[in-house]
Amino acid sequence: MRTICFYFQVHQPFRLKRYKFFDIGNDHYYFNDFENKSIMRKVAEKCYLPTNQTFLDLINEFGDKVKIAYSISGVAIDQFEMYAPDVLESFKKLVATGKVEILSETYSHSLAALVSREEFERQVKMHRDKVKEVFGVEPQVFRNTELIYADWIGEYVAEMGYKAMITEGAKHVLGWKSPNYLYCNAVNPKLKVLLKNFKLSDDIAFRFSNRDWEEFPLTTEKFVSWLNALDPKEEIVNLFMDYETFGEHQWAETGIFDFLRALPNAVFKYSNFTFSTPSEIINTIDPVGAIHVPHPISWADEERDLTAWLGNELQDEAFSKLYQCYDLVKQKNDPQIWKDWLYLQTSDHFYYMCTKWFSDGDVHKYFNPYDSPYEAFVNFMNALSDFIIRLEQE
Amino acid sequence: MKVLMFGWEFPPHITGGLGTACYGLTKGLSKFDVEVLFVVPKTYGDEDQSFITIADAGDVVITERKSTNQEFWDNFRYMEVGSNLIPYMDPEEFKKIFDEKILTHTEFSEEVFAQNFKFSGSYGKDLYQEVARYALIAAYIAANNDFDIIHAHDWLTYSAGVAAKAVSGKPLVVHMHATEFDRSGENVNQKVYDIERSGMEAADKVIAVSNLTRNTVINKYGIHPDKVVTVHNSVEPISLPDFTVNKAVKEKIVTFLGRITYQKGPDYFIEAAKLVIDRDPNVRFVMAGSGDMLNKMIRRVAQLGIATKFHFAGFLKGHEVFEMFSMSDVYVMPSVSEPFGISPLEAMMSDVPVIISKQSGVAEILKHALKVDFWDVEDMADAIYGMLHYEGLSKMFKKYGKVEVENLRWENSAYKVKEVYKSLL
Repeated sequence: MRTICFYFQVHQPFRLKRYKFFDIGNDHYYFNDFENKSIMRKVAEKCYLPTNQTFLDLINEFGDKVKIAYSISGVAIDQFEMYAPDVLESFKKLVATGKVEILSETYSHSLAALVSREEFERQVKMHRDKVKEVFGVEPQVFRNTELIYADWIGEYVAEMGYKAMITEGAKHVLGWKSPNYLYCNAVNPKLKVLLKNFKLSDDIAFRFSNRDWEEFPLTTEKFVSWLNALDPKEEIVNLFMDYETFGEHQWAETGIFDFLRALPNAVFKYSNFTFSTPSEIINTIDPVGAIHVPHPISWADEERDLTAWLGNELQDEAFSKLYQCYDLVKQKNDPQIWKDWLYLQTSDHFYYMCTKWFSDGDVHKYFNPYDSPYEAFVNFMNALSDFIIRLEQE
Repeated sequence: MKVLMFGWEFPPHITGGLGTACYGLTKGLSKFDVEVLFVVPKTYGDEDQSFITIADAGDVVITERKSTNQEFWDNFRYMEVGSNLIPYMDPEEFKKIFDEKILTHTEFSEEVFAQNFKFSGSYGKDLYQEVARYALIAAYIAANNDFDIIHAHDWLTYSAGVAAKAVSGKPLVVHMHATEFDRSGENVNQKVYDIERSGMEAADKVIAVSNLTRNTVINKYGIHPDKVVTVHNSVEPISLPDFTVNKAVKEKIVTFLGRITYQKGPDYFIEAAKLVIDRDPNVRFVMAGSGDMLNKMIRRVAQLGIATKFHFAGFLKGHEVFEMFSMSDVYVMPSVSEPFGISPLEAMMSDVPVIISKQSGVAEILKHALKVDFWDVEDMADAIYGMLHYEGLSKMFKKYGKVEVENLRWENSAYKVKEVYKSLL
């Protein structure tokens, strides 16, 4: 059996408003409702609604043959409920077809796995409960924030009862090995690991509309010919990408929706590939061996490591000061504190403080509401300082 | 006595201390029967006061503004040099026109004004050209007005002063508010330095705003000590705006307010903050302002791990400055080199005790301020800690500091300036 696994990340952070020094102690609301709503509406119209409709049409057309997996962050679900219930309805419709698998993750798309197992597990459970409440399903497969993975994170996840986890097929981890097989965790072999084929994924996600790319324009026939060119022994091709690829990063005018609509037909016509969800893959395919990942990897940037979120002085200071709050948050045990604590942990806040401008700066800038990482840092720290005051108040 | 004075800015349009100082000084001079014709490049188009055109040479519109400051208006004329100015000329061409047209007191011919050019009025890439153009206009004004003394403020106007002297033969006083060494440390801009030095050499007297600046003028520009006089700046009494500030943080606040540049010593403030926070976590530090060292300072605060106690407030405008003062328990001016430094005086008027660097001109006149070397961060931390914890100290500085500042008068400075004028007549 040779199969394609489509997986999409759906996430929108609660962006902070401009929070000034004079606001510290006075104003305890940190989020930019207007901006969050307008971005959500814009992405809903350009991406979520048309892409969901496309997949719904494909499922109706091909029945059992089209399969997709999503992870939808808790903060994205919260914003769908607030600003885009129509999007949430269309996701529910997709899940109801039974051809769509929802994956587990941390509620706030956070980096908690790196610093606190307790907080990590709390958030995973919160997200699990939310998914059950909204979609009526219980996820079996786990996707950590931005595909961040290491052996010990896999171990945590296995002990929480998950059967598999998905991550990046990072070159520096794989070496000569191919991402197109099923692997297992190095500590606990019961946990299967699916690795992203970043070449074929990024051909769609990043290069599709790039006119300087020698393969431009990308047609479904060409894409399927690349699938056919793979070693016949290779079993799975994991195409993992941001859902916003469709219509937002690649505008509708680039023809991305036409490509998507035509792809399943081309796959069935010119190749022997099928589509599967992660759960189907782990139930039908055996792992070829363990994958060793002692240091965390992710799907971000050329380095495929954590440096988009952590590592410079600004990020490290913000991150350590935030997690120093955890004990006080628990002591306080106040619903509003818990909520702000959750939203402040969203990894995007640290992404905005990234100073790696030269290699991946374009992507970073595109997603960044701030003019500079310094501004992002000052704003976050002002809000955090107020949060700390609330924690320390009697 | 009539003075032709060249400035670069004047209230309400000011970007720094120079405009405020010119305002205070001219106001003070008016009390001693000194008539001032004040010339500035008109850099804004939004003045809503009525203008009276007093001279119109080709496209150069020189306007005189009616001031609302009736108090000293009788002895004060204000001129703005219009915005359609002469295009760029190289020094030779400038000299040619200068010799032919100005020295013979003829009117400018049309061709000189064939192109339009706008004074940007701020520090831009065309600054040298603008300085030169300003000089040309100055010469024209000098040729068409009566006065006894020429007075030029800071290097931007020195060429204008020199040109006016060449045309009129009247004595020239140049006023050093800041030297290139204050702005740039040892990495001076040679062109600016040259303009400053030739201006002071051409002048009959040089006024320095502090002994610190006077020493710089003598030692680094080689000006003869007899020619250089110190006249300290002063401060206008301000009426504090009516507002209530809700100080929502319980910790005491230590404030830095100013441009975040080498000259102001922001890095020493941060190092001192770290020492204080280590000793007493119940303090917050605020750095307000912007400048080319801001990002470096943010990074340093993150490195030191004090970012939940050290805040960046950005550039504060208008009443925000007074709000900041009213929240502050100590104001620190750690300048590496400050010719005078008016901001501590404003803090003292707002009842905030101040710590100032010994490398500031204002340290020469203030008694009720703690003075430290900018580089001695331990001493600075010690002073901050003491000011925060020993109430007797801060109370005394607040009480006597305010009285001390209120006794500084621009009239006193103006009187000394008039003595300088008299010595030249």
